[in-house]
Amino acid sequence: MIELIAHNLAPIMFISVMGLLLLGYPVALTLAAGGLFYFVIGVGLSDYSNEINLFWPLLRAMPERVFGIMSNDTLLAIPFFTFMGIILERSGMAEDLLDTVGQLFGPLRGGVAFAVVLVGALLAATTGVVAASVIAMGLISLPIMQRYNYSPTVATGTIAAAGTLAQIVPPSLVLIVMADQLGVSVGDMYLGALYPALIVVAVYCVYILALTILRPESVPALPPEERRLGSGILSLLAMLVLAVVLYVVSSRLLFADMIPATRIVFASTVTVIVCYGIALANRWLKLGWLSRLAEEVVIVLIPPLALIFLVLGTIFLGIATPTEGGAMGAVGAMALALAKRRLSWGVLRSAVEATAKLSAFVLFILIGARVFGLTFYGVNGQVWLEELLLSLPGGQAGFLVTVTIVIFVLGCFLDFFEIAFILVPLLAPVAQTLGIDLIWFGVILSMNLQTSFLTPPFGFALFYLRSVAPTEDYDDPSSGERLPRVRTGEIYRGVLPYIGMQFLLILLVIAVPGLVTHYDDARQARSSAPVSQSESGGGSTGGLNFGGGSSEPETNGSSDGGGGLNFGTGGSESGGSSDAAPSDNGFNFGGSGQSAPEEDAPADPGGLNFGGGADTGGQQPDSDGASDGTGAAPEEENDGSGSDENAGGGFNFN
Amino acid sequence: MSAMLKIARAIDRVNGLIGKWAAWLVLAAVLVSAGNAVVRKSFNLSSNAWLELQWYLFGAVFMLCAAWTLREDEHVRVDVLSQRMSPRTRVALDLFCHLVFLMPFAVLMAYLSWPFFMGSYLSGEQSSNAGGLIRWPAKLWVLIGFAMLAAQGISEIVKKSAMLGGHLPMPNHRPPAEDLSPAGNEAGRRG
Repeated sequence: MIELIAHNLAPIMFISVMGLLLLGYPVALTLAAGGLFYFVIGVGLSDYSNEINLFWPLLRAMPERVFGIMSNDTLLAIPFFTFMGIILERSGMAEDLLDTVGQLFGPLRGGVAFAVVLVGALLAATTGVVAASVIAMGLISLPIMQRYNYSPTVATGTIAAAGTLAQIVPPSLVLIVMADQLGVSVGDMYLGALYPALIVVAVYCVYILALTILRPESVPALPPEERRLGSGILSLLAMLVLAVVLYVVSSRLLFADMIPATRIVFASTVTVIVCYGIALANRWLKLGWLSRLAEEVVIVLIPPLALIFLVLGTIFLGIATPTEGGAMGAVGAMALALAKRRLSWGVLRSAVEATAKLSAFVLFILIGARVFGLTFYGVNGQVWLEELLLSLPGGQAGFLVTVTIVIFVLGCFLDFFEIAFILVPLLAPVAQTLGIDLIWFGVILSMNLQTSFLTPPFGFALFYLRSVAPTEDYDDPSSGERLPRVRTGEIYRGVLPYIGMQFLLILLVIAVPGLVTHYDDARQARSSAPVSQSESGGGSTGGLNFGGGSSEPETNGSSDGGGGLNFGTGGSESGGSSDAAPSDNGFNFGGSGQSAPEEDAPADPGGLNFGGGADTGGQQPDSDGASDGTGAAPEEENDGSGSDENAGGGFNFN
Repeated sequence: MSAMLKIARAIDRVNGLIGKWAAWLVLAAVLVSAGNAVVRKSFNLSSNAWLELQWYLFGAVFMLCAAWTLREDEHVRVDVLSQRMSPRTRVALDLFCHLVFLMPFAVLMAYLSWPFFMGSYLSGEQSSNAGGLIRWPAKLWVLIGFAMLAAQGISEIVKKSAMLGGHLPMPNHRPPAEDLSPAGNEAGRRG
């Protein structure tokens, strides 16, 4: 009997700890306690099964693992983006955007619904918080849609779905956590998610367009008296043309001699400043050059767009790491809020406190998952799970479909943090064995999680919308009419088409990996050229190879080897190091490359985590890196050149 | 019981103060990191000390705020089942889990962190990065964080026992925290 238990400890542990989560006790602590409990049992049973590699001294590595989590630069992006989101949300950006974009599109049939989707996408790219988006849109757009007889199912479904865009549009926290757990660069993850995210937005818009044709009565246009800003599309178009001209002229003439990334930054900056300046001048000096509509649209839209560029643009151009982008975005958000005179001491305090609590619970789930992982890998749990998943029929597709279903179901109950921290590190090696690109895999998982936010009865976007939608019939203050309450069933029916679209889109991404893996092309091109040089002994190209390789499926395996190479991981740490590998591989070495990883090793045998930080290794000055063009790669390249030690590593990784 | 409750309140207050104070380090980390990025780009300078400072600060945030987060009951739970239980059952379950889940974990981690921190402190361990910071403060967060968590565990155990014994009122059905931003709420409830 004891032997039976000893041999099946991994499945027993996995299932029972997952079951314990249902007790409703904080997830982080449940995981940690479950891990410790089975650690004790595992040590006791280690004589009965040679699959169990647990012994007491292993526990001593635990503080080191917490420290490793702490020194992980990627995770720093979590508080930064959270802080940025909360500050923006408090500065009333959602309200301003909805109001103005609603005015812009309102006169069209289905206009308010289009506005909700577009604003949802804009908010997703800035605040990245589902609840904030859904609540803002539920409070502002829902009454307007009700007033003008939008079908309640269309109105509620669109709002809930647009709100969940925050999960998939960069700089979503889901993508950061997913990248960290899969051991890939966050910048690549963002690039990979970009097209799928845009397609989701486009498909939502197409759906609304289809409604305007097939069921026009469900999405009426706003009547003329609602057009507070009047018409004046012409001057808006003129502004657009001006912006394009400015951009082209400034990038061709003014900044022509700069390297591409910097040129884009400077040219956009000039364009934005000039357009914004014209709109402001028009308002304050009453020049009358622009229509009210154009003026308002420019003034309201430019700050968030500039912020999106500041954050995402610099990350995509390889100028900033995601962590830096997050910090810059947070500062930018504070500046925006200050400019709107909405940055008070109280707002700042509630923002730092909410951010601190979020950081604490997220990071503690990770700590708990690490404790769980220490034991689970110690009882060879990953082998069990890998065999289980590899035995699925259908190869890659079978695996992806199964995982999609499992994650979707789990996503109805569990938080994405739990899923990411517990399941993703376990799934990643299997995905690699099957030759699945990890970024592609991560994006599929993220889309799944996004969908699970929409699914009745536990979809959280639905909860948020329910909490702000009227539960009783009410008198509309502006029209004086009596408007009906929103029924929960209407919300549920409203999201059904969107869930359907989501499923089709997930299938599309599974069927067309190129939508995601394009992030790799630029890299491939870049890394294949220097490889030939590297044979002639260029220190920097070693680093570049590594950078290129790190986004490829082999990464995990190879960086495992790298772990051995750099850290000389002790045999006694086998449980620990194999645990750390899937979640902390690859880029860590890039990050620590500039600081000579070899030096870390003797001091920290547990320290695979040690280099855990710099995901794109962007801590080095990269003067020549940027000349390489787009992507996050330039920085790794530079890393290599920053330290010759890494060059040797570079060969091994590829 | 009242003496115990006094201790519990004292723990609550201290952990709350530390947590609220440490929360400001988020802002410090943001400013340090943004400053690093700007300096790195514009002057091609980078200092390992400043780069390390940003995660020292973040480490302080999540380690020192964990106990406070527990006090505020904002660690994420899977409440699919528990929202159907009576308040009394939930309190009893929490008490049990605090005793069996939280305490062993927090105490063990604090115990293990002591030699971890002392070793670094006594040897004056330096960061392995050139120009990096001295290591022990970051390791100190781990020790303090788990010690605070263990203390908060004691406080929670006292309070839950007092609730079951009728010395404290039962908690209401979790009131929505109105003063929190939706983001904070969302953070507390789920992602």
